[in-house]
Amino acid sequence: MKSLDELTKIREKAQKKVSTRNSDKKVRIVVGMATCGISAGARPVLNTLVEEVNKRELQDVEVTQTGCIGVCRLEPIFEVYQNGEKVTYVNMDPKKAKEVIVNHIVNGNVVSEYTIGASEE
Amino acid sequence: MSLVRSHVLICGGTGCTASGSLSIEEKFKESLKKFDLENEVDIVKTGCFGLCEAGPIVVVYPEGAFYSGVKSEDIERITEEHLLKGRIVKDLLFKDAIEKDVIKSVDEVNFYKRQKRIALKNCGIINPEVIDEYIAYDGYRALGKVLTEMSQQDVIDEIKKSGLRGRGGGGFPSGLKWQFTKNATGDVKYVACNADEGDPGAFMDRSVLEGDPHAIIEAMAIAAYAIGASEGFVYIRAEYPIAVNRLEIAIEQAKEYGLLGENIFSTDFSFDLEIRLGAGAFVCGEETALIESIEGRRGMPRPRPPFPANKGIWQKPTLLNNVETYANIPQIILKGAEWFNSIGTEKSTGTKVFALGGKINNTGLVEIPMGTTLRDVIFEIGGGIPKGKKFKAVQTGGPSGGCLTETQLDEEISYDNLVRLGSMMGSGGMIVMDEDNCMVDVARFFLDFTVDESCGKCTPCREGTKRMLEILDKICQGKAEMEDLNRLDNLANMIKDSALCGLGQTAPNPVLSTMQHFRHEYIEHIVDKKCSAGVCQELLQIKITEDCIGCTACKNVCPVDCISGERKSLHEIDQNECIKCGACIDKCPVNAIIKE
Amino acid sequence: MENMVNITIDGQELSVPNSYTVLEAAREVGIDIPTLCYLKDINEVGACRVCVVEVEGARNLIASCVQPVNEGMVVKTHSRRVRQSRRTNLELVLANHNRECLTCSKNGSCELQTLSDELGVSDRNFEGAKREGHFDDLSPSVVRDSSKCILCGRCVNVCKQTQGIGILDFVNRGFQTVVAPAFEMSLTEVPCISCGQCINVCPVGALTEKDNTDLIWDALENDDLHVIVQTAPAVRSALGEEFGYPIGTGVTGKMVAALKKLGFAKVFDTNFAADLTIMEEGHELLGRVKNGGTLPMITSCSPGWINYIENFYPEFLDNLSSCKSPQQMFGAIAKSYYAEKFEIDPKKIFVASVMPCVAKKGEIKRGEMEANGLRDVDAVITTRELAKMIKEARIDFNRLEDASYDKVLGEYTGAGVIFGATGGVMEAALRTVVDVVTGDDLENLEYKAVRGIEGVKEATLEIGDLTVNAAIAHGTANASKLLEKIKSGEKDYHFIEIMACPGGCVNGGGQPFVNAETRNSIDIRVERAKVLYSEDAGLPLRKSHKNPEIQALYSEFLGEPNGHKAHELLHTHYQKKEKYNRNK
Repeated sequence: MKSLDELTKIREKAQKKVSTRNSDKKVRIVVGMATCGISAGARPVLNTLVEEVNKRELQDVEVTQTGCIGVCRLEPIFEVYQNGEKVTYVNMDPKKAKEVIVNHIVNGNVVSEYTIGASEE
Repeated sequence: MSLVRSHVLICGGTGCTASGSLSIEEKFKESLKKFDLENEVDIVKTGCFGLCEAGPIVVVYPEGAFYSGVKSEDIERITEEHLLKGRIVKDLLFKDAIEKDVIKSVDEVNFYKRQKRIALKNCGIINPEVIDEYIAYDGYRALGKVLTEMSQQDVIDEIKKSGLRGRGGGGFPSGLKWQFTKNATGDVKYVACNADEGDPGAFMDRSVLEGDPHAIIEAMAIAAYAIGASEGFVYIRAEYPIAVNRLEIAIEQAKEYGLLGENIFSTDFSFDLEIRLGAGAFVCGEETALIESIEGRRGMPRPRPPFPANKGIWQKPTLLNNVETYANIPQIILKGAEWFNSIGTEKSTGTKVFALGGKINNTGLVEIPMGTTLRDVIFEIGGGIPKGKKFKAVQTGGPSGGCLTETQLDEEISYDNLVRLGSMMGSGGMIVMDEDNCMVDVARFFLDFTVDESCGKCTPCREGTKRMLEILDKICQGKAEMEDLNRLDNLANMIKDSALCGLGQTAPNPVLSTMQHFRHEYIEHIVDKKCSAGVCQELLQIKITEDCIGCTACKNVCPVDCISGERKSLHEIDQNECIKCGACIDKCPVNAIIKE
Repeated sequence: MENMVNITIDGQELSVPNSYTVLEAAREVGIDIPTLCYLKDINEVGACRVCVVEVEGARNLIASCVQPVNEGMVVKTHSRRVRQSRRTNLELVLANHNRECLTCSKNGSCELQTLSDELGVSDRNFEGAKREGHFDDLSPSVVRDSSKCILCGRCVNVCKQTQGIGILDFVNRGFQTVVAPAFEMSLTEVPCISCGQCINVCPVGALTEKDNTDLIWDALENDDLHVIVQTAPAVRSALGEEFGYPIGTGVTGKMVAALKKLGFAKVFDTNFAADLTIMEEGHELLGRVKNGGTLPMITSCSPGWINYIENFYPEFLDNLSSCKSPQQMFGAIAKSYYAEKFEIDPKKIFVASVMPCVAKKGEIKRGEMEANGLRDVDAVITTRELAKMIKEARIDFNRLEDASYDKVLGEYTGAGVIFGATGGVMEAALRTVVDVVTGDDLENLEYKAVRGIEGVKEATLEIGDLTVNAAIAHGTANASKLLEKIKSGEKDYHFIEIMACPGGCVNGGGQPFVNAETRNSIDIRVERAKVLYSEDAGLPLRKSHKNPEIQALYSEFLGEPNGHKAHELLHTHYQKKEKYNRNK
């Protein structure tokens, strides 16, 4: 290592890898991964979310799973927690998940038509 | 693209390794494969988490789920339930991590919440065998800063301002020591690290070396720059094979990255580090004996002056600091002396790592700001005394320290305070005792250790401590007289006063301290020939109570035939013949035989 | 001019150089802080804690023997705290000591005994376990009794640093520590060279010489035997110390008188044989120089040195002179020439020698040290043992009239006398070699360049058309330095004198004990050597080849120096030794 710049590069690269261990993230996306969720196809959704977050280097976003969220007929479901508020997205698939990342997470616009509120109308 | 969304941290400290964390790692790899999660979950073996009571420990991020006492058979369940389905397995969590069905992450558990981890910052967080992870958490930035932005005196001034004091027990202001060594005349100088942690029950340094070896490498490089050295030695006890191994790997990796060797960061500064192993002598933790040992000689202390700062290894100026002292250096450089001295007390800045042991619920390592009270450490963080027993005393400073009693629980922990109270900080061992401990026996335990470890050079330690031990043995056997207490006291003070090195000078401390606070126990042993705590075997008698059913089972098993009594009538033990083997106690079907 | 510092000792202000220790400074104001393990230049370790003093501002007591002075220091040397500490530490040492003083050979000259008496100790305080004692008397020269050892470390340091060998060290740890050879083997199983320096420095009776006085007494009682004795030059320089004479008093006349009173048939002088050695060795050297023999040639009269070279530098064995030592030459001549001349059956001749040396006790047992099937020398006693015998016989040494050596083997020159000091053999050899080469009888026969106690000395001499590079080393650590320089090619010599003992034989392992207190203030090697050099200066004959008895020996008996008969009787050979040999 010849310079501090080289050190900085290595640090930045490594930080991405270990960011999963930081527990003070601003945004938490929780994917329902109970049996109902998995059989409805939650895993590809989970994988897509993770992939997108990593690809875009969204350091402040944590993707985790949980058990049955409750609304089984609307699986796959994931919830976005941010600033003390929660948005529940239902009937998700990988393509929609990607859209949520781009619009909601990156640009701050909730994709209302995918939320649980919309589905109840 | 990376699909990794979860890190499983498995504790790889010596304690958990001994309890099977290696097979846990294997099992996790198998399970991940089985459930097809290999791409989504990373397994990370880290250093010691500190809460050894709870080992083997597994922490799953991003939730921070704190699993404790994990066994091989639990792994598949954790993988399937938690990693696959996202349901944290509640019954495998650490007991304090779940309260009324609310799960606390590892950071929120009381044990960790009250700690301020500076020296232990990376332990339990990073994989010590991957240098990139150390770098991810600001590793080697301090060295870079020092080499490119600071002069030698700048570095020393910063350390002085921080108020950092030697964490090995001496409490000598580190900045001052660095200054002396820099000022010493000589073209060749050395830095050295004292990793010969020898106090029984102490494993702070071990955990740092196992969990964060790069911190030491970086700190020693910074120190070498500051004082003008280009070679360093880590003297580490051979009984720490995992630590040695991790350090070797870390040195290798640092060399590969050019962080050790010639022209680091393309500056004029070159630094190389060597490991030297100890060979089972506690006295080699004494700085001049350590130096003799590095030189290949018998580990016996040298008279001082001259001090190592002027004449150390091969008679060259040498800076010798403890592992924990070094562990604080990179952060002091990065975050500044003011940050450091804002923690702790005025004269004892920063934090201290303590190894909590003995009669305490949360056995393990804690790092707390100086100034925390003993009560907080023992009851809040340590979880108090198990089985609802009553606190009796806490021993600090290992075989060099003394004990503190209930009336002193609200005292603040600091170097000078502990000395004022008749004990000392030492390297950080803290052993808690309850009503079932005999304080005379505790003193004898520590003295036995020092007698065994004395190097034999000077008269007071070699001969005197042995005579002290002989008196203590007499006391514990009920053969002593009150005059023996005076002799013990005089001898102890004389040894303290005239011994050649710290080992001898502090060996009498546990005795003097217990004699001061628990004199009544000593008197009881001597005059009443009794040990209330029920520890000193020779003072106990085995008695048959009225619950005896006269079955003669004990009579038949007694190897010296000292039990008398007919069938169906109360049996009796002849105390003069009894050899206290306890065979009768084991044999009695109705638990009618007791020891008191 | 050294930097001075101002300090206060027991209320008295003084100014001393800043290189002084507190111990040295105290002596300046007449305070003799007691010490036990301290021995100047050899053992400065601060281990026994007897010399502790109080220093204002210091938390603990300080060992004055190693503590350097500093500006403004305030010292108290005999406060109650200090006195109690000293006494207790001494009592602790005594508690682990074999206190059989009455039967110990150090009774009366033991430093522990003296200190206990001065500090007024009680031995009741620390009854308890005792360290296991080892007793090793397998060596012909040195006896080791660790039950008397006080672990001062002097022997360890003298063997390791002064002699550069180190066969003794601390073994085990803490209360179990003993001073012993590696793995507590016997001295015979390790490369101990029997120089006896450890005996000289031991303050107590843990290291002593093998007592052979019984052999002498038995021989003297035996009417069948013709018992003769030879005395080494160094003995006369120190024997007086055993009888109250100040160090540096020559007592030659009284010594001879005492020996005659003890009952020896004849009292002869090893110096005679020293002259003989010079004849043989001088011609040997010239022979090698002229005929391209192995150079440098190294002297062979010090058996400690022979033990050393056989163990550690066997590659230099061919450099050794083939001459036996003077002691051995004497014995060979006594049982041949002398026996013939006086018609005594050589088998009935018992040759005893009084030596300053303990290695000599082993030398006489070497296989090669015989001639015609008879041992050259039958028994060796040291200067100390002779004093013991004189005292046992209740001879009043101080009132003796001077007596003279007997004829035939008792005449000697000044060259023979100076053998006992470092540089003496070299100087004696030069006096003869120079005359032989130049054919002259040079008046200027003192070679001051080779005298003195500098560890390694060098001199270059022009002798006729020969240039002779000479070197002298004493103490085997210095010998090693010299030999390494020769090995590396750095230096080139013709003739080298090496003595195993620092200072030469005057400081041999068999010389009278001098306690640390005295050794710390005067250099006994220098004082005793003065006796020899002044006797040399006062003698009419000072060159070996001028000794009429020697001349007679050659003309009547031996023939030529280095001739056939000389070779048979007076020369020997050497062999490489195994350093660690359990079957030695």
